[in-house]
Amino acid sequence: MSTTNYIDMNDMKLQLKIWRQKSADQKGYFETYTVHASEHMSFLEMLDVLNEQLIQERKEPVVFEHDCREGICGACSMVINGQPHGPNGGTTTCQLHMRSFRSGDTITIEPFRAKGFPILKDLAVDRSSFDRIIQSGGYISVNTGQAPDGNSLPIEKGVASKAFDAAACIGCGACVAACPNGSAMLFTSAKVSHLGLLPQGEVEHANRVQSMVAQMDKEGFGMCSNTGACEAECPKEISIENIARLNRNYMASMFSTDK
Amino acid sequence: MSSINLNSKVPKGELADKWTQYKSSMNLVAPNNKRRIDVIVVGTGLAGASAAATLGELGYNVKVFTFHDSPRRAHSIAAQGGINAAKNYQNDGDSVWRLFYDTIKGGDYRSREANVHRLAEASRDIIDQCVAQGVPFAREYGGLLANRSFGGVQVSRTFYARGQTGQQLLIGAYQALARQASVGKCKIYNRHEMLDIVKVDGKARGIIARNLLTGELERHAAHCVVLATGGYGNVFYLSTNAMGSNVSAAWRAVRNGALMANPCFTQIHPTCIPVSGDYQSKLTLMSESLRNDGRVWVPKKKEDAVAIREGRMKGNDISEEDRDYYLERRYPAFGNLVPRDVASRAAKVACDEGNGVAPTGLAVFLDFASAIDRYGRAEAYSQGNQNPSESQIISLGEKVVEQKYGNLFEMYEKITGENPYKNPMKIYPAVHYTMGGLWVDYNLETNVPGLFALGEANFSDHGANRLGASALMQGLADGYFVIPYTIGQFLSGEIRTPKIANDTAEFVEAENAVKERIENIMSINGSQSVESFHRRLGKIMWEYCGMARNAEGLKKGQKLIQELRAEFYKDVFVPGDTMEFNPELEKALRVADFMELGEVMMADALNRNESCGGHFREEYVTEDGEAKRNDQDYTYVAAWEWDKDGNIKLHKEDLNFENVELKTRSYK
Repeated sequence: MSTTNYIDMNDMKLQLKIWRQKSADQKGYFETYTVHASEHMSFLEMLDVLNEQLIQERKEPVVFEHDCREGICGACSMVINGQPHGPNGGTTTCQLHMRSFRSGDTITIEPFRAKGFPILKDLAVDRSSFDRIIQSGGYISVNTGQAPDGNSLPIEKGVASKAFDAAACIGCGACVAACPNGSAMLFTSAKVSHLGLLPQGEVEHANRVQSMVAQMDKEGFGMCSNTGACEAECPKEISIENIARLNRNYMASMFSTDK
Repeated sequence: MSSINLNSKVPKGELADKWTQYKSSMNLVAPNNKRRIDVIVVGTGLAGASAAATLGELGYNVKVFTFHDSPRRAHSIAAQGGINAAKNYQNDGDSVWRLFYDTIKGGDYRSREANVHRLAEASRDIIDQCVAQGVPFAREYGGLLANRSFGGVQVSRTFYARGQTGQQLLIGAYQALARQASVGKCKIYNRHEMLDIVKVDGKARGIIARNLLTGELERHAAHCVVLATGGYGNVFYLSTNAMGSNVSAAWRAVRNGALMANPCFTQIHPTCIPVSGDYQSKLTLMSESLRNDGRVWVPKKKEDAVAIREGRMKGNDISEEDRDYYLERRYPAFGNLVPRDVASRAAKVACDEGNGVAPTGLAVFLDFASAIDRYGRAEAYSQGNQNPSESQIISLGEKVVEQKYGNLFEMYEKITGENPYKNPMKIYPAVHYTMGGLWVDYNLETNVPGLFALGEANFSDHGANRLGASALMQGLADGYFVIPYTIGQFLSGEIRTPKIANDTAEFVEAENAVKERIENIMSINGSQSVESFHRRLGKIMWEYCGMARNAEGLKKGQKLIQELRAEFYKDVFVPGDTMEFNPELEKALRVADFMELGEVMMADALNRNESCGGHFREEYVTEDGEAKRNDQDYTYVAAWEWDKDGNIKLHKEDLNFENVELKTRSYK
């Protein structure tokens, strides 16, 4: 398949300043690399080129998390030039393409940094705290087989659509990385809104709000101070409106009899 | 040659009653016994997460394994278009029978009738379950569930959640799993990769898993093992699968005596973003739902195609009469909504004839101009504007298209840098799904007792071609509504079996074998990267076992893979250490397994002297270039054994069609 019709591979020359850290308990440092890339590559494909180069030099490739490479699994996570998922709004790192950079650029690449996300190696961090927040109440308690007919409960289109907007969260953690306080309020509020806006999720709503917020605090995530950085950096453009809703829900749930 | 008896265990009775009767008469495991039984589930996609959650709800002790950092990252998350269900909410004549029939026909009559009928029955319960979990399906203004249509069918039975149906369904299953984790019924092992099955007295009793962060090998024991580890499309290197999707769990099962069924049945999806360069790491799908409104075409004149390839002309410069809407021309009854295998082959034909449109010559147009025009006029009319201007029509029409497919159009633009509202999309087929997989009986049990396979990892429901929006249906049917019952057929015989110990000779031996395999690969210390071997394997597979195959090419492909394997074990270089987080080592073990699978796929494709579904043999075509099936000789499941010496053997399960008449599939 190496036809000459393909685009020029080497039309860009970049300096990469990448965070290297052997393991959680070792000190990290920046290392600078030069890499040639094409503007049609995705950012991760550019890193693939770097890693192939490092392997050829018998060095250890840079560890970074990635999987679907189509912006939906939430695995990719790095901070690029100070911004989680890089410069483009509403875009995950894997969907970021090199045409957003210029030849000659120096690009700084770091892991997400937050107390709730300890670094594992190089650019990979541990986000299992998000799983534990969901396990604390981010579900509707319905066993398989208990459900009534899908159309037995009409849900207003607008409500379903709002719930969807919140449910679009991919659990990547960019909101936490963007927040000066390392707060997980956008993530948590998106789940609370997704389930709480729907009639199916109403029954357990107050309990859910209480236990998810408690778990979030337990994981060491910071408080929300309404800077809005989370919304700005969220690759799925989840609205900060969800945080306001969670705050209202939290107050209301304090007085709920159902907890 | 010893033969393995492939008993499908399909229950007796009328097709429509089999599952109901079977469920009422099967062996049960009492609640007090369930508490004493351990089940291992490997994989947390739709099939794995739904199975684990449901088995936990029933009271079993479940251990769940995923190589991801969270169960929510499994590749089911990327499914876009939707999920089929025979609800007939649209009153358009749908029924369980019709969904069953469409699936059998769409699969080109190479699947098991009873399994497919059960799938169609379960489809209705899936929608109910997912709605109850809070899956935000698309709705009509009246608040009821909306549907759309997909390729290969003439009813609207596809439920969807924008272009992110897989994500929403997986989050539903993930949340159900999280709930069981919170009450301790499911224990989740993130970042653990299964590297072998452990058998005790012939039964699957556990796995060897590698902790991907520390590199430590762990022995996990249970009364039975359920694999829900997805498909093997990444054997082609370039596919729409996620980078981590792999065959290793299924392949380790084969190395333990399970059979790989119909491995050559791979689905090439017609609408993907074309390859643009040698650096490419994966291909991105554009949902099939786009074919509801997009029209597929290439220029009629070769000189126009050349001009487009060289950048001198654009698609919009080609006048209407100089376009060949080849699907509408060749298949007037289904038009742009022919099944995937048919659409993919037609695109290949158009490009092989020299009419392809990307710089590589390997792309066709998917054009929304007529849809934009049609929707724009309707929208203007409904707003009371009987005489809209051209620009009003376009602007209104683009808004409707954006509502329906906005996220897909956005994704296309991010990847290609081109605006698909203004210029037709360029698309080309790419490997997407694998119908083949581990051979299972009606209970979803492999020929190794106590070893089950669900979802894309098994071969059971899609025959030689899967219809759109049926993968999500099958994954969830298997996990929510089939395995929770059928697993009891095996486990009811195990209620007196005490907890399985993980320190027996079988476990120690299996762990040592895995250790040896890892040390072997690490010690080669050659000069080529794992990735470079994977790319080369992919090229061999695509060239000789891709969209069109022939005997000569397949034989050559087999030889090339054998040579590649030999070279791999001489010259691969895996950096880093064994006892650390080492993604290159993970990849190396997966690529090693892919190479063995690739050889079996070639053998299967070579054995099947017919064209059916996704398997197209150039020697077997009708006069007008369509696939020519051979029901006389090939109405069977080809199940392959890989024996201790690496020899492959074919076993057959005959397919009996008692309810459906085998016909030449026609979409004309």
